[in-house]
Amino acid sequence: MSTYLKKLGISLAAAVAIFAALSLLISTSIINAYYTRILMTICINIILALSTNLIINYTGQLTLGHSAFMAIGAYSAAMFSLKGGLPFPLVLLLGSIVAGLFGFLIGLPTLRLKGDYLAVTTMGFCQIIVVAIQNIPALGGAQGLPGIPGKTTFAWVFFCMVLTILVLGHVVDSSQGRAMISVREDEIAAEAMGINTTRYKVMAFTIGAFFAGLAGGLFAFLMMFIEPTTFNYFKSIDLVIYVVLGGTGNFAGCITSTAILTMLPEVLRVVGDLRMVIYPLLLIVIMILRVKGFRFRKIWQFLTGLVTGKGGDSHAAA
Amino acid sequence: MPLLDVKDISITFGGLAAVSDFSMQMGDNDLFGLIGPNGAGKTTVFNMLTGVYTPSTGKVLFNGESIAGLKPYNITKKKIARTFQNIRLMKALTVLDNVKVSYSYQTRYSLASSILRLPGFFREEAEVEKRSLDILKIFHLEDKKDEYAANLPYGEQRRLEIARALATGPKLLLLDEPAAGMNPQETQELMDLIRWIRKEFHVSVLLIEHDMRLVMGLCENIIVLDYGKIIAEGPPSVIKSNRKVIEAYLGEEASHA
Amino acid sequence: MRLVEFLQQLINGLSLGSVYALIALGYTMVYGIIGLINFAHADILMVGAFIGYFVATDFGFSFVPTLLIAMAGAGLAGVIIERVAYKPLRKAANISLLITAIGVSLLLENGFNWLFGGNPRTYPAGILAQKTIMFGPIRTDTLHLIILGTSLLLMILLQVVIYRTKIGKAMRATSTDKDAAALMGINVDTTISATFAIGSALAGAAGVLVSILYSSLDPYMGLQPGIKAFVAAVFGGIGLIPGAFAGGILLGLIETFVTAWNSQLSGAIAFVVLIIILIIKPSGLLGKNVSVKV
Repeated sequence: MSTYLKKLGISLAAAVAIFAALSLLISTSIINAYYTRILMTICINIILALSTNLIINYTGQLTLGHSAFMAIGAYSAAMFSLKGGLPFPLVLLLGSIVAGLFGFLIGLPTLRLKGDYLAVTTMGFCQIIVVAIQNIPALGGAQGLPGIPGKTTFAWVFFCMVLTILVLGHVVDSSQGRAMISVREDEIAAEAMGINTTRYKVMAFTIGAFFAGLAGGLFAFLMMFIEPTTFNYFKSIDLVIYVVLGGTGNFAGCITSTAILTMLPEVLRVVGDLRMVIYPLLLIVIMILRVKGFRFRKIWQFLTGLVTGKGGDSHAAA
Repeated sequence: MPLLDVKDISITFGGLAAVSDFSMQMGDNDLFGLIGPNGAGKTTVFNMLTGVYTPSTGKVLFNGESIAGLKPYNITKKKIARTFQNIRLMKALTVLDNVKVSYSYQTRYSLASSILRLPGFFREEAEVEKRSLDILKIFHLEDKKDEYAANLPYGEQRRLEIARALATGPKLLLLDEPAAGMNPQETQELMDLIRWIRKEFHVSVLLIEHDMRLVMGLCENIIVLDYGKIIAEGPPSVIKSNRKVIEAYLGEEASHA
Repeated sequence: MRLVEFLQQLINGLSLGSVYALIALGYTMVYGIIGLINFAHADILMVGAFIGYFVATDFGFSFVPTLLIAMAGAGLAGVIIERVAYKPLRKAANISLLITAIGVSLLLENGFNWLFGGNPRTYPAGILAQKTIMFGPIRTDTLHLIILGTSLLLMILLQVVIYRTKIGKAMRATSTDKDAAALMGINVDTTISATFAIGSALAGAAGVLVSILYSSLDPYMGLQPGIKAFVAAVFGGIGLIPGAFAGGILLGLIETFVTAWNSQLSGAIAFVVLIIILIIKPSGLLGKNVSVKV
C-alpha cells in the first residue's frame, strides 16, 4: 500500500504542477482565449477517449456508438441546470449518472452480440438516440438547446480529466480490470476460469458511459449550446480513431494520440479546406505504416514521459 | 454419492452424432483417463461437462447437483476446472496475472473498493498475489512471473495452463492433452506433478491423453471412446489387451496379431 | 390505406429495396471474403454516380452506356482502393482495417467535395423516361419499374457469376477459407480484387439509379443509403448473399411504408429494424448459428 501512496503522491504532484503552469500561462494570456479553448477541448476529448478505451482496448468490445452517452450526459446536465436550477458540480454528476444508467440499460442486451453485430447495433442505438433528441421539442429538437450557462472552466476540465485518469487507472489495475482484459484476450478461456464475461462487458460499458456523460456535461457548459447531430456516429468513429491510434490499452498512448488528433485540424487549418482531405490521408498512411512495424508507441511514450514526469506504466495495463 | 455422475449424454452436430450415450462415474480423488483415436469425441465430452455445449440427452450430476446446460463460468464456480487442447492463455497478460485471473470470481471486494482503493482492496490483492505465487512455485514458474505468457516456451505454457486451472480451486480437474508436445522427461515430470497435485489439493482428475505411457502409468481407470461411443472401460491392465481398443487405434489386422 | 395506395407503395418499396439490395450485396461480398466492413463502399456508390453524371452531361450518353461506364469506373475504383489501402493490412487486426476503410471513406467524400464542390447536381432530364403508367387503378411510373428491373437483372447476373463461373467458385472458396483456397491453387489476390470489382460495380450502378431517383447527387450522397444498406446486409446475415438481397428488399419495403405513415422516423427505422431482428435472431435473418469448436 505504501508504494501505491508514493506513486499516487508523485502523480498528483505532477498533475498539480502542470495545472499550475498551464493556469499561469492562461491567466497571463500567453495562451490566449482561442488556444485555451483548444486546451479545454483536448481535456474533454481525453476523458472521452479514455472512456472509450476501457470498452474497446481493455475489454475488446467494439463500440461505434459511444458518443450517444456524451449526448445523454450533455443534455441531462443542461436540463438539470436550466429546468432544475441545480448547481454545476451536481448537474455534472447527475448527467454522468444518467449516462451511466443508459449505458447499463443499452449494454445489457447489446453486449450479448459479438464482433461486427455488436458494432452495428451500438451504431444503431447511437443513431436512434440522436433521432430521438431531434424529435423531443423539450430538448430543443433538431434546432438544438441554447442558453446553457458557461460554467466550464479550465480548472473544472483539468480536474475532471485527472479524476478520470485516476478512477479508470484504478479500475484496470484490479481484479475487475484483469477480468475485463481476460474477456478481451480469450472469452472462452475467461469463462472457463469462472468469469461471467457479459457481466464485465456491461461493467466496462457502464463505466465508459458514465465518463462519456461527464465529458458531455463539460462540453455542454463550454459550448453553451448543443445540438443533436454533434453526437452522431461520426463522433463515435472519431473516438474509435483516437483510441485505436493510441495503441492497445496503454493510457499514455491514448492520451497522446487524442491530444495530437484534437490539435491536428487546428494545425492543418493553414491549408484551409484541403485539411479535410489531408486528415484522412494521414490516417490511412499511419495505419499502413503501423502494420509495417513503425513504432509510434515508443515515440509517444517517450514524449509523454518527458512532459508528465510519470512513466506511462503507472497506469499501464499488463 | 459419486462426485461426478454422468448418465447417457449425447450430442449431435448437423446430423452427425459426435457423442452417444456416454456414461461415467467418478468419486473423490479418483484419477481417470479418457482415451480414443482422434475425432472420437473426447474433447466434446469435456465441452459438455464444462458447459461449452449442452448435451441433447442425459444427465450430468456433480455433487448431486445437475449441471448440464449451465454456463461455463457457473460450472467453474461449482468447482470443475479444465485446460484446453490448444493452449488458451491470456497472451498479453503476465504469467502472474494469468493466474490471478482465476481468483477473480472469488474476489470479495467490489468495484467501488477498487476505485476508492479501500483497505479491503489492498488486503485481498496481497492475498491473491500470495496464493498466485504459491501456485506458480508448485509449477516452477515463479521466476517467470512478470514475463508475458506469449513469451514462454511451449512446455512452460502448458504448465501455466494447468496452473491457472488449478488456481480456480476445483474439486474436479479436467486436463485436455496436458502432455502434448512434451519430451519423455517432461512427461515424467508431469506425471509426478499430477500425482502430487491430486494428493496435495485433494482433487479428482480426468485427463485426455494420447501418450499411452502416461495414461497407463497414471490412471486408475480408463475409458475408451471411438466414434463417440464407449468401447471399453477398466484399469490399465485390462485396457492394454482389449481387442476393441487395439482395433480402434491400429486397425483390425493389428488386433489379430 | 386503400389497396391501390398499398400496391403503389409496394412498387415504390420494392424499387427502393432493390437499390438497397444492390448496395448491400457489395458490403456482404467484401465482408464475406476478407471480413471487413467496408466503410468506403457507400462512397464508391458516389464515385459511380459522379462518373455517370459526367459521362451523361458532357458526352450526352444515354442511360445504358452511362450505367455501364459508371459501373466500370466504380469497379476500377474499388480494385485500386483494395490494392493500395486494404491489401497491406490483410494480416492486421480487424479494427485497423476498419479505421483505414473509414479513412478512405472520408478521403473520397472530402476529396470529391474539394474537387467538385458540394452543390447538388442533377442528371440530365430525360435520361430515364419518367412516364406515368397505369396498371388498372394503380399509378406508378416507368422510373420505379426501370430501377426495379435493372437491379433485378444485375442481381441475377451476379448469381450467374457466383454459381456458374470459375471466378465465382474461386470467390466462394476464398471466402470459406482463404488459406485453403490458396493451397488449392486459387490466386487469392486476384479473387479478392474480382470481389471488390463486382461489389463496387454494383454500388456504382446503385449510385446512378439513386441519383436519378432522387434527382440529385453530391459528394456526401452515399452516407444515407450506404448506412441503411449496410444495416440491411447485417440483419439479413452479414456475409451471405441471399441475406443481403432479402435484407435490402425488406428494408426498402419497411422504410417506404413507415415513411408514408410518419416521415420523421425515417432516419432511425433501419436501426430499429436491425435491433429487433438481432434480438430475435442474433446471427441475422438468414444467418446460421455456428457453434465454436473449442
